[in-house]
Amino acid sequence: MTKDELKIKFESLQEGLNFEEGTEWLTINVDPEGFKNFALLLRNNNELHFDYLFCLTAVDWKTHLSVVYHFSSTIFRHEVVIKVKIEKSNPIVDTVCDIWRTAEFHEREAYDLLGVEFVGHPDLRRLFLTPDHEGFPLRKDYEDPINMIKL
Amino acid sequence: MLEELGTNDQGDMIINIGPQHPSTHGVLHLVITLNGETVKKVEPHLGYIHRSIEKMCESLSYRQFIYVTSRMDYLSSHINNHGCALCVEKGLQIEIPARAQVIRVLMDELTRLASHLLWWGALAMDLGAFTPFFYSFREREMINELMEDTCGARLTMNYIVPGGVMMDLHPDFQRKVKEFLRLFKSKIHEYDDLVTGNIIFQNRTKGVGYISREDAISYGCTGPTGRGSGLSCDIRKLYPYEIYDQLQFDEVIETDGDSWARYKVRVGEMMQSMRIIEQLIDNIPEGEFQAKTKAVLKLPKGDFYTRVETARGELGVYIVSEGGSTPYRIKFRSPGFSNLSALDHMSRGGKIGDLMATMGTLDLVIPDIDR
Repeated sequence: MTKDELKIKFESLQEGLNFEEGTEWLTINVDPEGFKNFALLLRNNNELHFDYLFCLTAVDWKTHLSVVYHFSSTIFRHEVVIKVKIEKSNPIVDTVCDIWRTAEFHEREAYDLLGVEFVGHPDLRRLFLTPDHEGFPLRKDYEDPINMIKL
Repeated sequence: MLEELGTNDQGDMIINIGPQHPSTHGVLHLVITLNGETVKKVEPHLGYIHRSIEKMCESLSYRQFIYVTSRMDYLSSHINNHGCALCVEKGLQIEIPARAQVIRVLMDELTRLASHLLWWGALAMDLGAFTPFFYSFREREMINELMEDTCGARLTMNYIVPGGVMMDLHPDFQRKVKEFLRLFKSKIHEYDDLVTGNIIFQNRTKGVGYISREDAISYGCTGPTGRGSGLSCDIRKLYPYEIYDQLQFDEVIETDGDSWARYKVRVGEMMQSMRIIEQLIDNIPEGEFQAKTKAVLKLPKGDFYTRVETARGELGVYIVSEGGSTPYRIKFRSPGFSNLSALDHMSRGGKIGDLMATMGTLDLVIPDIDR
């Protein structure tokens, strides 16, 4: 499906979706509460069939964090981008690693570097940094006076 | 991780492989739970070469950050540079001169060839055969030398930049590439004699490290790892960039999903890369090698994502721009990272000796995983 066809399809499936304008791929902003059900819809709907999660990351917008998911379908070859806005003081979102296995590592990376907590993840530990490391390096307010050089 | 060593309460042995182990090809640390010789669990521990490239890029301009990306997957640095350059060009909407496009594709395919050659030699060495390493390095050295002529470097090229390529081709480039192709073709039968047709090698890779097509999709396996499981995932075919849609080449797909299938895919890809180089080497258009760009590049506000096919799979470059001269956030979706996550699934129930064959055919480059 093309971007416009996908948009019509999504509008018929769920009301009140928040689409983002001016993007290459269809981008939808989803609340963390309804995210898990929406993810199941993406994977299990026969006409959408988003079986391939090719990128999972998070962005620190200073006031809040947003978790960004890039999905693709290996049958229909269409893409969709899902953004989940979460509070910095309570960075909680449901895990999707039971739906897409690749999320297991990607979520651990997002937890390690940006401090996003994925509820239901079987093994949410730091991936790159040591367990006793403090802070989340990819957050904008992170400071490391010893190792970081400010430009 | 020393406290994890020993035996657990079910009598399983827990051992470390790496971070200093020749068959992990870098500083990868695996904690393996073994029942006798049978692998019950493989747990990768990462971060030994984590340089936080994504954080560094946030304070580098769009011209500067390309240099850092050569250090991710150092065996396909041209293609890393290419992915980043494409992403910046997508944001700026720059048209690339035809000559630069052909040079980029030529360099990409030579890199893929060099990377697969190194993998071929290193895989055989992981399985105990030492000679193939010298054979493949003999050919790989020729590619490195002709890269050095044009780019001035052998591994970290930084040659593909936003707008085109850094400088024009060396006058000897075409002659040397043709010489390499002629020599490589005359040596290919040695490769088949030594490894492909070797019954010991076949027995050690057939049926080892199996992953089904569905699992490959779920784990996000791309590149030869995905194509070995029958998954069509070649970005050059599915989402053609530069001039790939005008070229004649096949996507190599095997359906067995084991180490032997992944081996055959990579060997087949070497032939396809040669086919692409042969089509282009006499047809490099004249003209500019770089488009005119502003001194300071500023991407408009928004998200930009590009995908390229490296020697290991799909590299995604995701740039979030706030309109400034540096990226607000950058994310590299590296192929090795997702492929490694499937290692546990692939090797469970197999023997520890087979783990090396599985890991070898995944073709892991650790700086690409750690970034």
